[in-house]
Amino acid sequence: MIVFILRRLGVMILTALCLTFVVFFLTNLYPNLEKLAKTQGNFRMTDEQVASYLRKEGHLEPLLVKYGQWLGVVPGTTYQGEDGLTGTCFRGTQSAEQVAARPRFCGILQGDWGFSTRFRAPVSAIIAERLGLTGILMFWVMLLMVPSALILGVLAGMREGSRTDRALSTVAITTTATPEYVSGVVLIAVFASSAFGLRWFNGTATSAMENPTFWNFFLPVLTIALYGTGYIARMTRASMAEVMTAQYIRTARLKGVRFRDIVLKHALRNALIAPFTVIMLQFPWLLNGVVIVETLFNYKGFGWTLVQAASNNDIDLLLAVSVVSVFVVLLTQLISDIGYVYLNPRISVT
Amino acid sequence: MELLDWGEIFMRILARFIPVWIALAVTFGLSIAGKRRLGLYGKLFDSPIGMAGFALVMFWVFTGILGGAFDMIVTHDVLAQSAAMKNEVPGTPYTKMIGTVAEGAYPYYLLGGDNLGRDVFSRMVAGAWEVMKIAPFATIFAFMVGITLGLPAGYYGRRLDTILSFLANLILAFPVILLFYLLVTPEIVATGIPVYMAAVLFIFPVIFLVTLLQTRFFTQTLKRNIYVAITLVIGLWLYLGIAWDADPLGIVSFPPNLLVVFVAVVFVNAPTVFRIVRGLTMDIKTRDYVAAAKTRGEGPWYIMLWEILPNARGPLIVDFCLRIGYTTILLGTLGFFGLGLSPESPDWGSTINEGRKLLSIYPHPALPPALALLTLVLGLNLLADGLREESLRD
Amino acid sequence: MSDPTYDGPILEIENLSISFFTRLREIPAVMDFSCVVQPGEAMGLVGESGCGKSTVALGVMQDLGVNGRITGGTIRYKGRDLNGLSQNELRKIRGSEIAMIYQEPMASLNPAMKVGKQLMEVPMIHQGVGTAAARKLALEMIEDVRMPDPERILNSYPHQLSGGQQQRIVIAMALMSRPSLLILDEPTTALDVTVEAGIVDLVKDLGRKYGTSMLFISHNLGLILDSCDRLCVMYSGEAVETGSITEVFDEMQHPYTQALFRSIPLPSADKNARPLVAIPGNFPFPHERPPGCNFGPRCDYFQAGRCDAQEVPMARVKGDDRHETRCLRFREIDWSTPPEPPIATEKARIGAPVIEVDALRKYYEVAANKLFGRGHKQLVKANETLTFDARESETLAIVGESGCGKSTFAKVLMGLETATAGKILYDNREIQDIPIQRRSTATVSDIQMVFQNPFDTLNPSMRVGRQIMRALEIFGIGTSEAERREKMLDLMDLVKLPREFADRMPRQLSGGQKQRVGIARAFAGGARIVVADEPVSALDVSVAAAVTDLLLEIQRNNRTTLLFIAHDLSIVRYLSDRVLVMYLGHVVELGTTAQVFAPPYHPYTEALLSAVPIADTSVRKKRILLEGDVPSAINPPSGCPFQTRCRWKSEVPGNLCETEVPPMRRLADGHQVKCHLSESCFGQMEPVIELAARPGSDGQ
Repeated sequence: MIVFILRRLGVMILTALCLTFVVFFLTNLYPNLEKLAKTQGNFRMTDEQVASYLRKEGHLEPLLVKYGQWLGVVPGTTYQGEDGLTGTCFRGTQSAEQVAARPRFCGILQGDWGFSTRFRAPVSAIIAERLGLTGILMFWVMLLMVPSALILGVLAGMREGSRTDRALSTVAITTTATPEYVSGVVLIAVFASSAFGLRWFNGTATSAMENPTFWNFFLPVLTIALYGTGYIARMTRASMAEVMTAQYIRTARLKGVRFRDIVLKHALRNALIAPFTVIMLQFPWLLNGVVIVETLFNYKGFGWTLVQAASNNDIDLLLAVSVVSVFVVLLTQLISDIGYVYLNPRISVT
Repeated sequence: MELLDWGEIFMRILARFIPVWIALAVTFGLSIAGKRRLGLYGKLFDSPIGMAGFALVMFWVFTGILGGAFDMIVTHDVLAQSAAMKNEVPGTPYTKMIGTVAEGAYPYYLLGGDNLGRDVFSRMVAGAWEVMKIAPFATIFAFMVGITLGLPAGYYGRRLDTILSFLANLILAFPVILLFYLLVTPEIVATGIPVYMAAVLFIFPVIFLVTLLQTRFFTQTLKRNIYVAITLVIGLWLYLGIAWDADPLGIVSFPPNLLVVFVAVVFVNAPTVFRIVRGLTMDIKTRDYVAAAKTRGEGPWYIMLWEILPNARGPLIVDFCLRIGYTTILLGTLGFFGLGLSPESPDWGSTINEGRKLLSIYPHPALPPALALLTLVLGLNLLADGLREESLRD
Repeated sequence: MSDPTYDGPILEIENLSISFFTRLREIPAVMDFSCVVQPGEAMGLVGESGCGKSTVALGVMQDLGVNGRITGGTIRYKGRDLNGLSQNELRKIRGSEIAMIYQEPMASLNPAMKVGKQLMEVPMIHQGVGTAAARKLALEMIEDVRMPDPERILNSYPHQLSGGQQQRIVIAMALMSRPSLLILDEPTTALDVTVEAGIVDLVKDLGRKYGTSMLFISHNLGLILDSCDRLCVMYSGEAVETGSITEVFDEMQHPYTQALFRSIPLPSADKNARPLVAIPGNFPFPHERPPGCNFGPRCDYFQAGRCDAQEVPMARVKGDDRHETRCLRFREIDWSTPPEPPIATEKARIGAPVIEVDALRKYYEVAANKLFGRGHKQLVKANETLTFDARESETLAIVGESGCGKSTFAKVLMGLETATAGKILYDNREIQDIPIQRRSTATVSDIQMVFQNPFDTLNPSMRVGRQIMRALEIFGIGTSEAERREKMLDLMDLVKLPREFADRMPRQLSGGQKQRVGIARAFAGGARIVVADEPVSALDVSVAAAVTDLLLEIQRNNRTTLLFIAHDLSIVRYLSDRVLVMYLGHVVELGTTAQVFAPPYHPYTEALLSAVPIADTSVRKKRILLEGDVPSAINPPSGCPFQTRCRWKSEVPGNLCETEVPPMRRLADGHQVKCHLSESCFGQMEPVIELAARPGSDGQ
């Protein structure tokens, strides 16, 4: 088991390296750097001004060197300016003595995630704060989504083809067909706009960052949960329906087990193996939902930060965002694999 | 003129869609009449769910084609702004300027005006065309890529599978929105990266078709040469035009901002298709008829393309429907974040995005495209469900 | 629950009819079925697939699913009509009074629940006992089904047990509440023969011990003979004949029963002198049953205007107790006339060796971990030093249970795998290292294969004719499409399929027809060697006989070498010239059919022969039960591969069997055995199968 986890961690790190390199490559393309320079300086900069700004900031080093610097395996570079040194490892202009006193490496291995050009603050602080906000959101989403989806799925799959099944399946299909930007818009229009007169909830969740209440937080949570609920419920239903036709369910029935016990004792555990994996693999998609919903409801969490970082080509922030999201995705995959082994006694990983 | 009430709006919208109703009636009439001779497609008409899904999908397909390509259903120019119509509610009589009634133009904004005074109804109809232009083709391309890579990965297994699966998982681990934000920007278009990606991705259909013909007809040299030559000429011509924008005849060309959207969507979809095809291949390759093909000395690609692929078609067709829906959602996402398509574009995602800013005061510009997208994707999902159910029967 | 003073029949089924309802029509699955099971009696239900025998069982359990419904008749259990019971009352009977066991043991056990818990559930539901008491009962039951180490078994999950062990658990579970009636639906079909024999014995013993009545469903007449007192033969939804075993086996009164017995390879059959007689035609679809007698169109004694004019009722056979038949003419037919004198064929002249296999080995490496293929690798020794030859026009049978390496050998011969060591000479050319892609077209078309599963052997999305034409194309036969089409139609004639079948899709063909197409495809390039991998084991007996005869006929005419891979010794005895017995990758015995089927035997062959059920009342068999299961090829036992299960092991001095692989010994000309046993031990061996003398059977 430990070997398995270690190997998976190895794959995770390799994946993270590949992905961050891709992000690094794309953000460091010259047109993107030029855009960065112009947003940082001013939009009327000449090409020479842009080039000198970029050189000063260390953006014109070879790609692999810059990537190494970001990782912290290549020492940061310094540049002699008119009034002192500038460099990739510190902000502003400093004297030679000051620079010498600083550590030469400054990458994520040293715990330095860089500096956000968009928010003008250290990346680690921004990420920590935003991730916390999104964490609260996700907590409630999970709390709403997982139980309701499982109950829905089990009820529908228990008696395949029954009226309950038809009704619940149609609900589930409809919610999977509704992306967050559609359900969010519809929910806001119905429950938070003056047009229908039902001003039950707040149309934005900005105030929920300080003080989440049912009234300002329910709509965003519901919006994210809806899409996933339908998807997980359909998976659970399919899996449950399949299990209910299995021979061992017939064995149980012919043993004289009552229907309730057949569902709870015999079918449920087997039926949950597949959806469990699905729930875990939902995370990448939930992240999309988070980005859309946070933008739609103006809730300044991790997803909102991603949009801000990407639209401003805030390289360090963007890289940190990708690292975090890639690790979230891969960690959930790992958890899903381990959980799968525990749920399914037939698989043994040694 | 008076504001229309909801009943009148409804009747007028129904009337505008008359060409679509006719097309739908003809399609259904012909299909139900011949349903016993039409295979899986015919069986669809035995399932109420499948029929409902098919009706929804065909409604938007006809709306897209008739409204977008033949200019039939729309009431106003989708780009024309009217200062008088800004944020006006549904059913408002159309005036070009305040007070002046437009001669000859359709007299109402059936679903109101948006924040620039454009007709919401017409934009919704035109939005269907935007989806029809991209989603099916992007999905086909994604399938070609996924199939061409998934077959050998599942068939050979071992190292090839390890590498390809790793790459697929790599793309799947990437948050879709981040990818879009990085890829679908004017700066990236300027670097030419989408063209290179298109060059790689779009060569797959050509390879796919040529291999398909080569393996089937290699024993009959003449036939093979003719088929392969035709495929190569047409395929490479389209390829040059679409991917490189270098059609020697100057007929085929692809706007760069559309190309990048296309590439991004194919790129995101292909790994999932790859995984499905790979799984199906690993299952089917253990069948005896595959062994029989091997024992008569068939090459691996013949086995993959002619023995395995046709028998994997059921799940693939179902997934194809679902995936068009997913692609529609992705296109909407792009529009919602204002990526790729021009800001004027009537596509549903962009329209929703514009509409949401004043949502709590004027919900009417955002709701029609949102519901349109919802019904199309719902239709595709129902269609897939009906197909799955019917293909499992008898 | 049940009345203790009740002493009538346990189960009485009267005029039962069951239908399934689809969107299009009602499909009658069982019609007018009656039978009675007395206390302590074992009743066999025999018939080909689709005859409705399993439906009867499920009808008794009142578990017909959403589409199935009992449309007429009564099912009385100890005098109570089961049809009228509520779900609650049914639940009390299921598991405690009537229990059922069915085909796939692995699928019948809940994969995510420990075996112990699944067993304990039964007394906890029905007797309301506590956990501790239930566990005690479960332990006792495990011992009753003769499994070692009951504690460990109770704590394991089903997948940790072998197929035979799983089926024992299923039996234990069924008997937990000492039911009065046990229904067994093909309980051993998924198991190897030697394991099957153990299970059948166990069921018989336990049935006797607890006085349980049994309804035993099987397609295998031999198995019914071994385990039942009475039987009922079913055809197309109806019972056609019922009576005691001896009456039905020896004095059958229905043409179908007779045809069935003539189509199975009994020891008295011989491919040249007394070939099998296949039943003509096909099993009717449930919605296309003929008027009158269902068997009419396929019956030798059919009289138009009489057999097809009326529904045929069951009729009591005079003089015999409870012997009934559904035939109008049974009194007129002379049942003792032998079948139409079959066209006896001349024994084919066996030619020179075509294939010579010399010390062939095939090892697989199985990576311990699958993700990167790193970690230590394990070696699967699929084939160990195979040495034999096969001659022109000869039928060589390769016999063994699953996992013995017979299919691996076929793969190496076909070139789908390459050998690890040793040689295969084809026409004196070494082919063991040439993968199929590098073999010449001639070699490829010369060595062809017929596959086991008819539902898997044809590509489901290509027309039948197209598939044969593709083979012709690849083998370079014919210069034009038209020429190949002509040739393809000839091949359809060769395998006796109507020409218009060429334009059909495989799903429109029955299993036997598909298998014929498979044979046509194999002979498309004029194959000289055909490997037939259990070509008829998945077919119903009546169809199997026809396909077997077809295969032999083509072989005889083309002077083909037929390598017949099988696990069924009856058919092997019938058709093969020589037999090769394999166990765990080793050839343990090789000789002519007569040599292998008579003592001296290799101990494994002896056990295998004794395990095969034979549907002939005149056969006396010695019961030799093998302990345990076939060991894994990844971790084979040291020394002789068979030493872990061998009953003769004590006869060999010292620990020779555990330390040394025995040499191949020549016992007679062409008869080789891989065993350490002394000559005198071989001399002591008695025949396992003996035929009691009977008029009309000349034995072998």
